Amino acid sequence: MALSKQHDLHKRRFSRNLGLGLVLVGFVALIFGLTVAKVSTDDFTMPMNEVTD
Amino acid sequence: MSDASVTASTPQTGEAGFGDYFALLKPRVMTLVVFTAFVGLYAAPGSVHPVVGFAAILFIAVGGGASGALNMWWDADIDRVMKRTRNRPIPSGRITESEAFGFGMALAGFAVVMLGLATNLLAGALLAFTIFFYVVIYSMWLKRWTPQNIVIGGAAGAFPPMIGWVAATGSFSLESVLMFALIFMWTPPHFWALALFMRSDYDDAGVPMLTVTHGRRVTRVHILVYTALLAALAIGAAFTSIGGPVYLATAVVLNALFLKGAWAIWRRDESAAEADSYKVERSFFKLSLLYLFAHFGAIALDTAMAPLGLGGW
Repeated sequence: MALSKQHDLHKRRFSRNLGLGLVLVGFVALIFGLTVAKVSTDDFTMPMNEVTD
Repeated sequence: MSDASVTASTPQTGEAGFGDYFALLKPRVMTLVVFTAFVGLYAAPGSVHPVVGFAAILFIAVGGGASGALNMWWDADIDRVMKRTRNRPIPSGRITESEAFGFGMALAGFAVVMLGLATNLLAGALLAFTIFFYVVIYSMWLKRWTPQNIVIGGAAGAFPPMIGWVAATGSFSLESVLMFALIFMWTPPHFWALALFMRSDYDDAGVPMLTVTHGRRVTRVHILVYTALLAALAIGAAFTSIGGPVYLATAVVLNALFLKGAWAIWRRDESAAEADSYKVERSFFKLSLLYLFAHFGAIALDTAMAPLGLGGW
């Protein structure tokens, strides 16, 4: 069976790629948000080897 | 129709769309997981940063979804036989079994590690145990072995509010156990009502549901007994620290309706049920969904009103 230019298979592949891309972007944003939330809490302390003076 | 004939007639394209992978996560079950986990986290004492709370709910949901994908991988043979599950991604041939297994395992590991890092290790460990319980204890062991599959396996669905609570506080407490118990006791009547009106599905698949092993009369008795026990627990919980005026009012009304439904199911025989296409059983099943969401909604509402001096006792 010859594949037409816009076969259903291409649509499914595109939806998968787009979905995964959006999930990854969302994950990056979430990790950024989590990092900001974690370091801005009162009980956050820098590890000793990161403290310069 | 044999499994082999179904497998042969469904194409294994390996080109599933994003929606097919999402369907593997059992999104409808996930709504219950998300909502109850949220209530567990929200009702817990102390404050959680909104981003951390959001991440915790998301990772619990992903863990629940991973359990769903692994369950579909293991139960693909049953899903091919049952009408209700025949169009799921694996039996319909859109996703292969090995893809579902890999997807489920990867998501499970991801969710456990991320929840542990975002909140605390105990919450991560409890999520790992929940996934293990649902996939290994329930799906692989109990489901095909004992008619008590739903009773014990229901624990898997009861863990999310407890995980939410532990994510917020770092420890267990009586309140989280009560929320667990509420879902645990609710699960058997909910699923047995479904088994009554999806009558041939479980027979065809050879799953030893109570309807198949002990008959439909016994199942009706069990629904009534479990509903009575659930009502006592749900109303009793209103006088503990998770309860409040909103919860008490909700519990009284809904448990009266639920008991009335269970009583009607108990009084009916099969010929009456078949005559109206299981109308009472279907409405009991729908009510059971509202029942759980309303109880947890009431817990959340009482928590929200507590600072105003209106919720809680």
